[in-house]
Amino acid sequence: MQNIDRGFAGMKKEFKKNGVLYLIVLPVIIYYFIFHYMPLYGLLMAFQDFSPRRGIMGSEWVGLTHFINFFKSPDCARIVTNTLRISLSCLLFEFPAPIIMAILINELNGKYFKRTIQTISYLPHFISLVVICGMIKTFVEADGIIGGVFSQITGNGSSMLSQSKMFLPIYVISNIWQSMGWESIIYLAALMNIDPQLYEAADIDGAGKLAKIWKITLPSIAMTIVTMFILRVGKIMSVGYEKIILLYNPAIYDKSDVISSFVFRIGFTNQNWSYSAAIGLFNSVVNMILLLVTNTISKKMTDTGLW
Amino acid sequence: MNKIKRSVGDRAFDTFNIILQIAIAIVMIYPMLYVLFASFSDPMAFVAHKGVLWHSIGFTFNSYKAAFENPMLLKGYSNTLFVLVFGVTVNIIMTICGAYFLSRKNVKYQKIISIYIIITMFLNGGMIPFYFVVKSVGLENSLWSLILPTAVNTFNLMILRVAFASVPDSLEESAKLDGANHLTIMLRIVLPVSKASIAVIVLYYAVANWNAWFNAMLFLIDRPKYPLQLVLREILINNDTSSMTGGAEVGELEFVGETIKYAIIIISTLPILCLYPFIQKYFTKGVMIGAVKG
Repeated sequence: MQNIDRGFAGMKKEFKKNGVLYLIVLPVIIYYFIFHYMPLYGLLMAFQDFSPRRGIMGSEWVGLTHFINFFKSPDCARIVTNTLRISLSCLLFEFPAPIIMAILINELNGKYFKRTIQTISYLPHFISLVVICGMIKTFVEADGIIGGVFSQITGNGSSMLSQSKMFLPIYVISNIWQSMGWESIIYLAALMNIDPQLYEAADIDGAGKLAKIWKITLPSIAMTIVTMFILRVGKIMSVGYEKIILLYNPAIYDKSDVISSFVFRIGFTNQNWSYSAAIGLFNSVVNMILLLVTNTISKKMTDTGLW
Repeated sequence: MNKIKRSVGDRAFDTFNIILQIAIAIVMIYPMLYVLFASFSDPMAFVAHKGVLWHSIGFTFNSYKAAFENPMLLKGYSNTLFVLVFGVTVNIIMTICGAYFLSRKNVKYQKIISIYIIITMFLNGGMIPFYFVVKSVGLENSLWSLILPTAVNTFNLMILRVAFASVPDSLEESAKLDGANHLTIMLRIVLPVSKASIAVIVLYYAVANWNAWFNAMLFLIDRPKYPLQLVLREILINNDTSSMTGGAEVGELEFVGETIKYAIIIISTLPILCLYPFIQKYFTKGVMIGAVKG
């Protein structure tokens, strides 16, 4: 029996049995091959002087030149620092926000009040990024609703987005505004699984609300928090380019340009494809390593991991 | 004594919590209200106004009229509708196919195909190679470049796989006894039973298609092909309202440009804002399914 299932005969038997199933999944396999695996092959251009006309097969190989050039260039330190500063700030301020939000929503009593608060807080998640950034831009202009107050306090009569040091707070606060409610859902789901008996027991012991949050609620959702944290740390070297590209401008590149936006500009504005792909590859490799390291540490310390 | 003290503490906590939640709710919704009020305001009066708005200053539809006179906006709307209809159709068919395959039991090469798919969540070629692949398959400057390269979202695929796998075996067994094949089981049993989950995924894809702009910027060359979000980017981000204010007098031009932006935000966000209260609970459900899977 074992023997029949192996090799070509086994394959034939399997296709006879589940042929339709493989036919159904074939378009999906082709899709992943074209749009996810072919770009991996395309990464070879990072080691070439790639010219779109000659393609990967015809372009000249240059080894690690692009990587060395990148590490030597002044851009390297600037965009890596910016990326780390922005994503660490997000980790510090944006990450805890939905956790606190979920715990506080969970403590609300009125059913309808609770639901209304939730509905409103999820709303910003559904507004398109272009519109969000358009709103931010208009609000922080010198005569905008936020920028107006700001320019009166500081006496600086220009848009907040043309001042380098304001980019980070604008980016982080608007992120919190957009994602806090939506991301609290995952924690609310975890909160619903807590055994109510734990709280009843605590009531008998005479514990106050804060004590219950600290001793019961937080430990109960610790697993979820750790999992989300690993995912987050794994992405610490990747700040999404879409929002950066929509918000930044040449006047504040010194503080707002991150790795991904730099890759975008070097590629699509300067047409320096290989250099750009090399920086992108360096970034993905670092991300991979970070994910593996945090996952391993977390497994050792808390027995929670992604795999 | 101790007990009364505690409940005072708890009550203080509750009061604080309620006030905080109301404050958060106001902060969440006020920007949209501001945009709404501004869009109905008289352009001249609005520009002169400083600070918070609690109602529109004056009341006029002029900004909306001016916005709708822009051919780009309507063109963008229709392009987005095209992408939405065909995109979501492709998305959901492909995702159902993948999820159905992955959710079956006793399939020999399932494990390897599953790894083949999941690995792409961690490994990707990045922006530049992706761009050349899309170009090389001939999708450049076609609206299909906004549909095919994003045909399957792996997260959504995993959510739907979990939903399909949770269909009770007994239902399928009896169908198999009646001689049903995979296609029949999928169409007659698994899909109808998983209707709610499929609705969630359709909504996710619809929102993603509606909001997408980056691929459009990379792949589309002709302006008449621009989807709504790319048109919005020109107007809201690049501050290019020149195409909008063609008919206005020179002095007025600048002012109308200001309130038109707000009208455009409302016009482009309205569909989602109107649907949102009704479909909100389905969205949350999707997150829950994902969370259970872990």
